[in-house]
Amino acid sequence: MALPNKPVGELKAVRDPKVDKRDVDVLIVGGGMAACGTAFEIKKWASDDTKILLCDKAAMERSGAVAQGLSAINTYIGENKPEDYVRMVRNDLMGIVREDLIFDLGRHVDDSVHLFEEWGLPVWKKTDDGKNLDGKKGQKAGTLKGGATPVRTGKWQIMINGESYKRIVAEAAKKALGVDNILERCFIVELLNDKNDPTRIAGAVGFSLRENIVYIIKAKTIMVACGGAVNVYQPRSVGEGKGRAWYPIWNAGSTYTMAVRAGAELSMMENRFTPARFKDGYGPVGAWFLLFKAATVNGLGENFAASDDAKAELEKYAPYGTAAVTPTCLRNHLMLNEYKAGRGPIIMKTTSALAKLGETMDKKEMKHLESEAWEDFLDMSVGQAGLWCATNTEPEKKDSEVMPTEPYLLGSHSGCCGIWCSGPEEDWVPAEYKWGYNRMTTVKGLFTSGDGVGCSGHKFSSGSHAEGRICAKSMIQYLRDEGSKVTGFKETDQELVDFVYKPVRNYLDHCNYTTAEDINPNYCKPAGMAMRLMKMTNEYGGGTATYYMTSGKNLEILMDLFEMFREDLEKIAAGDLHELMRAWEINHRLYTVQAHTRHIQYREESRYPGFYYRGDFMGQNDKEWFCFTNSLYNKETNEWTLKKVPYIKIIAD
Amino acid sequence: MPSFVIAEKCDGCKGGDKTACMYICPNDLMVLEPNEMKAYNQEPDQCWECYSCVKICPTQAIEVRGYSDFVPMGASIVPMMGTEDVMWTCKFRNGVIKRFKFPIRTTPEGEANAYADLKGKDLDSGLLSTQEADGYVLVAPTELA
Repeated sequence: MALPNKPVGELKAVRDPKVDKRDVDVLIVGGGMAACGTAFEIKKWASDDTKILLCDKAAMERSGAVAQGLSAINTYIGENKPEDYVRMVRNDLMGIVREDLIFDLGRHVDDSVHLFEEWGLPVWKKTDDGKNLDGKKGQKAGTLKGGATPVRTGKWQIMINGESYKRIVAEAAKKALGVDNILERCFIVELLNDKNDPTRIAGAVGFSLRENIVYIIKAKTIMVACGGAVNVYQPRSVGEGKGRAWYPIWNAGSTYTMAVRAGAELSMMENRFTPARFKDGYGPVGAWFLLFKAATVNGLGENFAASDDAKAELEKYAPYGTAAVTPTCLRNHLMLNEYKAGRGPIIMKTTSALAKLGETMDKKEMKHLESEAWEDFLDMSVGQAGLWCATNTEPEKKDSEVMPTEPYLLGSHSGCCGIWCSGPEEDWVPAEYKWGYNRMTTVKGLFTSGDGVGCSGHKFSSGSHAEGRICAKSMIQYLRDEGSKVTGFKETDQELVDFVYKPVRNYLDHCNYTTAEDINPNYCKPAGMAMRLMKMTNEYGGGTATYYMTSGKNLEILMDLFEMFREDLEKIAAGDLHELMRAWEINHRLYTVQAHTRHIQYREESRYPGFYYRGDFMGQNDKEWFCFTNSLYNKETNEWTLKKVPYIKIIAD
Repeated sequence: MPSFVIAEKCDGCKGGDKTACMYICPNDLMVLEPNEMKAYNQEPDQCWECYSCVKICPTQAIEVRGYSDFVPMGASIVPMMGTEDVMWTCKFRNGVIKRFKFPIRTTPEGEANAYADLKGKDLDSGLLSTQEADGYVLVAPTELA
């Protein structure tokens, strides 16, 4: 047997990669729902000679958060008012949101949903006598655009047969943009500023996951949408099961890190999402709560969320806690109180929910209901179905446990961290919230959408797509007005290659020093660094280890650990192209989770109880902290600066 | 629940122009061992069990085995993709088998309308191209604070 001192991956990295230089007008970084929206929309507004390129780390057919599919579209306005959509988001996110961005999304999102249905996404329909038809049978009821009634599980959600949701959306995006304008398996790792105006974007650099190629791309305007951040906190499963993250495990915080390193202002990065999901499998609970009307009980069998104690607790967080729909973080908060009092675990009563529904249904309808319950998992979280099978769990016979997961950072689901963006140029938008181009960051020419846009959660898959389309139009406006002001970046080809391939050089310089390639005093490997990062955030930054509790002193220690981590990233080593991707992902995760915890450190209150707590500043302090918190990072000096930004209420209560 | 490749069934996609699982895996986990001409999952603890490789494999050579740190053995979930539907076979540890069929799309593959000929008119309005074409009127909020 050979010594284990060789790279494990099949695609070995070489010291000197080829360079592929591109010069485009528009660069789209990412390939998920948001980027597909931009790809679909942009040529409708661009002149025929506009050069457009999209770079996706994976393959668009199954990339991003919707890769596996979805069982519902969570944002469809339909018969509702966009004003009410703003109110819902505002209440769920404890008051501090960008109402201009949310309203704007609300008035555009349905158009994307109508396109999805036209493209072939099966959408459930309600018959006149109140029965549910699946997306295939429902076709005879007509289309949503034509006025057919969707099956609502909540006020904003509609049910779909969404196994192939992403394939359908990607197909339209690829056709609209043209496959010659798409680079798949190209991981963009850093954005580049203009040499004469560092507040302007001018390009990006990345590499191929299939060949030893570094891509150096000049671009006049860029849209970055690479999702949120997963595995920035230690997951509850630390063996093989750490792959079973709730949000897509490949989301490495690239959106936030690349933007903040380019000088973009981040906002509300302290916000996080720790969803309560079926334990271990992380299957969705929405349909169980909303469609099947299941209740959760504590270990004593008590409906703890309806107790007098719970009501009293929620009143502390009025008006959010006392609203008709309890904010997601406060639902977690009540659950955590049960665990801490020794009244866990939390059980979803699937048995009694299905038994109750069975009282008014015949055998055939019950069979259909069972099928709906399983489809909810099979469409978007197959592993949960696998766990039910492996534990002999038939939901009509055996209840399941629900538990809050490890923290995730995102801006499109029930969270709102992200980048500070311009709203639409309209009279009703305050001057402080608009600077020329809708969804442009504070870096000229740099746009974002989906998980990238801060302070505007609850857009989900459909809203992310619509937001990507909004960006497309804004980018063409910018190109027309300011495209000629972009003069290129200062970095030379050699500097950029050295930067991107540094982990490969670290590896090749030292790998023969020891007999086992993973253990070497001269370098560190991405797998070990990933565990090191998640251990420090878990213990000091409010992870599951402390029931999401942290404090000023804990955060001070964490910042010291981060700084040594950042220094050690200079020595990260990659022997193959897959490992090079992991090396860059851990770099992106560091800056993102550092922004997150720095915001928690700065905001001296506990705005989102149930998501995280500052033990030294429990409760909300509206007097001091009813405002946005924004941050900047200077990559030349390695300095972070944070500030308060006033919240402006636009929509009435 | 990492995916695994059944050695006997995998032919390395030698009949195709690219290795299907390697093409599709969103996390770059599936790789081809070129000497044996067989694929494998190179990083099982980073597998999201999204089943993209299972669904795309032309020889049905890929399945999923439950995560070793919390899933009891003996169950399996197997999808069979059609052009309009997916058929799932869910086998329980205790031998119970459930089968489900769900629609996946209502149009033929490749027929999604990209509106290739649609050109927007007013670049400075807030309307998206298809909204503009439909004569949609952009609303401003009326219930202001």
